[in-house]
Amino acid sequence: MTLTISYQLFLEQFVQQLLNGLFLGSIYALIALGYTMVYGVLRFINFAHGDVFMLGAFSGLYLNKWLAPMLTTLPWPASVALVLVLSMIICGALGIIIEFLAYRPLRDKPKLNVLITAIGVSLFIEYTCQLIFGATQQPFPVLIPKSNIAGIGGLTVTNVQVIVLVTAFALMLGLRFIVMGTRLGLAMRALSLNPTASSLMGVNNGVVISFTFGLGSALAAAGGILYASLYPSIEPFMGITPGLKAFVAAVLGGIGNIPGAALGGLIIGVVETLVAGYSQSLGVPSGYKEGVAFVILILILIFKPSGLLGKVEREKV
Amino acid sequence: MKTLLSRISLLAAALPLLSSPSCKDSGGGPAATEIVIGEVAALTGGTATFGQSSHAGTQMAVDEINASGGLLGKKVKLVTEDDQSKQGEAGTVVKKLLSREKAVAILGEVASGKSLEMAPICQKAGIPMISPASTNPKVTEVGDYIFRICFIDPFQGTVMAKFALSRGWKKVAIVTDVKQDYSVGLSDFFKKYYTANGGTIVSEQSYSSGDKDFKAQLTALRGSAPDAIFASGYYNEAGLMAVQAHELGINAPMLGGDGWDSPSLTQVAGKAMEGNFFSNHFAAEDASPVIQDFVKKFTAKHKSAPDAMAALGYDSMMILAAAIKKAGTTEGKAVRDAIASTKDYQGITGKITLDEKRNATKPAVILTIKDGKFVYVETLAP
Repeated sequence: MTLTISYQLFLEQFVQQLLNGLFLGSIYALIALGYTMVYGVLRFINFAHGDVFMLGAFSGLYLNKWLAPMLTTLPWPASVALVLVLSMIICGALGIIIEFLAYRPLRDKPKLNVLITAIGVSLFIEYTCQLIFGATQQPFPVLIPKSNIAGIGGLTVTNVQVIVLVTAFALMLGLRFIVMGTRLGLAMRALSLNPTASSLMGVNNGVVISFTFGLGSALAAAGGILYASLYPSIEPFMGITPGLKAFVAAVLGGIGNIPGAALGGLIIGVVETLVAGYSQSLGVPSGYKEGVAFVILILILIFKPSGLLGKVEREKV
Repeated sequence: MKTLLSRISLLAAALPLLSSPSCKDSGGGPAATEIVIGEVAALTGGTATFGQSSHAGTQMAVDEINASGGLLGKKVKLVTEDDQSKQGEAGTVVKKLLSREKAVAILGEVASGKSLEMAPICQKAGIPMISPASTNPKVTEVGDYIFRICFIDPFQGTVMAKFALSRGWKKVAIVTDVKQDYSVGLSDFFKKYYTANGGTIVSEQSYSSGDKDFKAQLTALRGSAPDAIFASGYYNEAGLMAVQAHELGINAPMLGGDGWDSPSLTQVAGKAMEGNFFSNHFAAEDASPVIQDFVKKFTAKHKSAPDAMAALGYDSMMILAAAIKKAGTTEGKAVRDAIASTKDYQGITGKITLDEKRNATKPAVILTIKDGKFVYVETLAP
């Protein structure tokens, strides 16, 4: 099969597939950051994170509807930025509320209790949204007027994809600045190292944890809007699969490690796309892309158990 | 301990009751002044627009029947259960309709996968079931109480293959939803007819329902330069696929089956859907008076034109009503025989005759998408 295609065509197709994977992966990366931050600070997996991602997409949809008279008077980059920032604020607040109501009362309880609660919160959000928004898929409005950017050779990239990628990277860099360059970020890192010591040093752990949830949820909301811009059909259960993949991405990159989560997200996006794209040559139907992609991930984890960029942690006995 | 024992013995006594078919006393339901018809439809979830439309059609038929005096001197009561578009749920709700509501006949589902869940249950209970729109052949093969009033996948796949060949498209790429019996069936029969009559399948791709990213599959098939793409899945994925094909600069038209028939198709895809084709059961702009009369009545009630699912839902109820009238009873066996003898029934979706395999034979229409609307192209006979 591949022999009949010319080398140049093959190369062109390969680069196109890499690009496809990169765009998809950048969104997984954004969601993965939220998982990793919460884990880094609190040592637990916030399973409701994928649902905050969904809420982000829905708040984008409704903000766009309600603010329509005002948004139409603005140039589209301004209206996109406005919708994005407002959704991030809404979801950031929701993240803080979720933490305050569901997780804070369990702060000193066994980790398993919090984990189960997280699954409960996730299901609660999904079904509440199904009740409010309905279970049918809804078309997501066109926030960014689409146009094809003709690349080199036969490569095709749309401006939406470029904007998604740039926004995702800008947000990741912004996050890096917050964590590495601000006092609050310093407090987050201190809390992550040792909660007791950090509170003795005058860090208000409660505030820092709220802030972490808010920040992670805001990133998930941005991910939701960017995802819905690429795939303009949204429904209350849309967060499950991307959320699961982002969680795996966070583990793959080394959970608790911020650049690791970004790297893991990109890898999953690319691997999944390549498997789907070359399934005919591989001899598996492209519908099984996730299966193959996850087998590859398991292999990586067998050889690097703490993830690609994760620190090897010795269990203290 | 004593209560536990008595509970167990009660349960044991109840078991044979549960497993024995409840058809023997059908007609003597909760209220003898009503005829209860059960309907299973996806009112929410992934294929919700199908269920909502077919339900609207069925309900309209019931209202008309009741307005003109009902059936056998009784009112028809339609009990509708929502299966949330979920696999597994259709079987549960149909059991409820049979045991609790004592339905004398079942209408539904639209999706073949769900009809296949319901069919063995109705067959075992001896209650006739009419699916308005399940096109997978296996559905009616379950047993002699299972009917459908639409054409089947071999026909629909063949029609689209015929159509592609008539347009001079010699190379086609196929994209199949591996999770849907419907899509797999359509792709199979398309391939069979198309390759047997001189066409070449240049690429075969697949995905699972709920996927949102098809760029990898589309990039792969773009390399094989197809004249057309046969996307045999449902509207949601087809819409997203059209958008992404457009972005990748693929200009080959997309072809689909009746699973595309939903307003969501163009809402999601917008301009990217223009110039694509799909086969369907019914075209609202068909000039025949039967259809125009139905369109007028439906539009007056629902403020929107009926789609094929609404027309099929309407026809399924009307055929059932005609059969009950003919049988003169609601007893399962008699109604079954009356449905089986349906011949040349002039429905909204064409002249319907049920063959010995309990499938309807009737023509299909090809529609195209133009300015965001479904436009009639041609009618292809079986």
